[in-house]
Amino acid sequence: MEFDPFLLSRIQFAANITFHIMFPSITIALGWILLFFKLRFNATKDEAWMQSYFFFTKVFALSFAIGVVSGVTMSFQFGTNWPGFMETVGNIAGPLLAYEVLTAFFLEATFLGIMLFGFRRVPNWMHTTATVLVAVGTTLSAFWILVLNSWMHTPAGFEMIENDKGQLQAHATNWMEIIFNPSMPYRFSHMLVASGLTAAFLIAGLSAFRWLRKDHSRAVIKALKTGVFLAAILIPLQIFLGHEHGLNTKEYQPAKLAAMEGAWETKQGAPLVVFGLPNEETRQNDYEIAIPNLASLIVTHKWDGEIKGLEEFELHPPVAPVFWGFRIMVGIGMLMLLISWIGSFQLWRTGTINKPMAYILVGMTLSGCVATIAGWYVTEIGRQPWLVQGVLSTKDALGPVTGGMVFSSLTVYLAIYLFLTIAYISTLFYMAKKAGDGSSRDPQKQKAQGEERLNIPTAMDKDGKK
Amino acid sequence: MMEIFNDGTWLPLSFAFLMGLSMLIYAVLDGYDLGVGMLIEGANWHEKDRMIASIGPFWDANETWLILGVGLLLVAFPMAHGIILTELYLPVAIMLFGLIFRGVAFDFRAKAPYQKKWKWNRAFFAGSLLAALAQGYMLGAYIIGFDDSFAGVAFSCVIAVAVASAYCLVGACWLIMKVEGSLQEKSIRWAKYHLGNSVVGLITVSLATPLISDRIFDKWFAFPQIMYLSIIPVITGALIVYLYLLLRKMPFTDDRYCWLPFVITIIIYVLSFVGLAYSFYPYIVPERMTIIEAASAPESLIIMLVGALIVIPILIGYTALAYYVFRGKATELSYD
Repeated sequence: MEFDPFLLSRIQFAANITFHIMFPSITIALGWILLFFKLRFNATKDEAWMQSYFFFTKVFALSFAIGVVSGVTMSFQFGTNWPGFMETVGNIAGPLLAYEVLTAFFLEATFLGIMLFGFRRVPNWMHTTATVLVAVGTTLSAFWILVLNSWMHTPAGFEMIENDKGQLQAHATNWMEIIFNPSMPYRFSHMLVASGLTAAFLIAGLSAFRWLRKDHSRAVIKALKTGVFLAAILIPLQIFLGHEHGLNTKEYQPAKLAAMEGAWETKQGAPLVVFGLPNEETRQNDYEIAIPNLASLIVTHKWDGEIKGLEEFELHPPVAPVFWGFRIMVGIGMLMLLISWIGSFQLWRTGTINKPMAYILVGMTLSGCVATIAGWYVTEIGRQPWLVQGVLSTKDALGPVTGGMVFSSLTVYLAIYLFLTIAYISTLFYMAKKAGDGSSRDPQKQKAQGEERLNIPTAMDKDGKK
Repeated sequence: MMEIFNDGTWLPLSFAFLMGLSMLIYAVLDGYDLGVGMLIEGANWHEKDRMIASIGPFWDANETWLILGVGLLLVAFPMAHGIILTELYLPVAIMLFGLIFRGVAFDFRAKAPYQKKWKWNRAFFAGSLLAALAQGYMLGAYIIGFDDSFAGVAFSCVIAVAVASAYCLVGACWLIMKVEGSLQEKSIRWAKYHLGNSVVGLITVSLATPLISDRIFDKWFAFPQIMYLSIIPVITGALIVYLYLLLRKMPFTDDRYCWLPFVITIIIYVLSFVGLAYSFYPYIVPERMTIIEAASAPESLIIMLVGALIVIPILIGYTALAYYVFRGKATELSYD
């Protein structure tokens, strides 16, 4: 059997990045939400906030650990499978990745230790500061990575120069243009808010799960409210940002937009395809259900505005995955809007939620992850066949690896990722269940309430008194 | 010395230095936590908890040095990065599997149901072992220039075991510093055992490298360099003997000098590393590509160097803070 190293390497990278992105999309925003819990505690001295903090700190630690190890894997795959990427655009990608590791990654990884295990060892202000720094670190990390990713979609601020071996290499001409490349502000804000929604639904889902298990403690209600209200605030913002990002895509990557819309032909007053099976052979959508003129209205803000069809582009991405990825993302977004608003209404009117709402929230615990992954599929598959739009094709970046080698590593990766995903989800719910029993809590610490908690001496205080 | 400033080669050389430094720091820091991970196999249930607690606040940051080291290779020497990592495809994959399991096992074991904890303990051990062996294998393969003949693979396997043992040594010395009582005594025994194995590995590398390459032979044994170069093996040898004698006498009353084996081991690591670096300079891919040939464009290197020089002192500062906060004997880890 012949293995195609190109296809397998792509699947391997896709599997890796799919698995990886779940965890940063949780931790980026969860870091800030933890800070919110901590600040509420500092302000109110209400123990319930601290209990929420500790519970979700565990979720954070677990997600962060899986994010780190799957992220390390990715940085190695640049070299093992795609050396052409760094050989061609290393002068641009290199500094951005270097800044990511230097300014962000160390910050989060180092202060994470103090944030997780330091509550009894450092003064309260230092523990709060560590929480701030971890949140800043994760966000900075996301910033640099999204700068690089955006640059791959809308490269700017560089020139191609031939090296002495006749290979074209990108050289930076303007770093501000590279960092603030045309799609960066849209992609970065869209991703940050996506992370906010992912974390909000995770918190709401786990809290609803505890609520269903008759754990109606104030900590659970507080976390539930935080999750649902946050989601209700963020989702309209996200719909707006997504729309703006779409307009940016229309300008810079029209072929991707055409694939998202399932638009094969250029049309004035293009319809919005709600359902259809894109068919690359006949170059049309089978079983299409469409709403006339709506796509043009959304994208161009004109009833009969023009949307370029796939026919205009010599090279365009595979249509079906982009088309479907987009519909899954938008579909989940609409569901989020509905659920978070109804949930907020219930919480506002009654101070709690009803049972069907709790079940729906549990079901939507990881909906943010699914939507985020679908969104990334749209943007990344939508860039194909390019790795760096117009500069480097994905095929040209492949290294001299054999299909058999990639097949063996891919098999193991898939097995590990599947196993870890299951282990992760079951551990989350196990922790929620255990937290509800109260069996995990140290009775002595449980006695400490609010202000008392702050007065238990830390290791540093003890030293000071010596 | 001035010409390297005038012709611009100082930039790639600075990056080679920074990269080497990151790798060395990684080998020490993640070395001790991988070592502890391997040693838990010989510990009882309660000791395992204490051992893992001793590395709990640090392992995330320790692993980050690998990202920095490989990251610098990736960003400053993209050509070499491609060659080295494609040559080492399988060991890299195996190392990553190991690191994945070990990293997640650390967090899962603390959160999983009690009856599943032993499985995650096993995963923690197996992941640490796999990662250490794979790293050792990669070092071996790198030293002999990716020779995949039978002799080359055999050599790499020997180095794999030696590196795993060296990690156990530094891990055991870390434990001597961080734990007390019977577990500390156990750690002293582990340290003695792995010191022996590590020495075998060190001697193998020291003999093999000059024999494989005439260039390396000439670099070490030409007169008059040999006069001052011989300081490295002499000091290393003396430290190994001293460490052995020290371990035989430990533990001292009031736990005095419990930190000393760890410090000595670090110095041995540094000296071995300097020896290797001297052998391979100016090559970044042995005998194939030099540091200068592999480097990125100067305008990209300079922007990274500025960032690195600002950030690295801060980074060292807050790493020191974390070690200060969690100084002293390891206690039970708890979030609250």
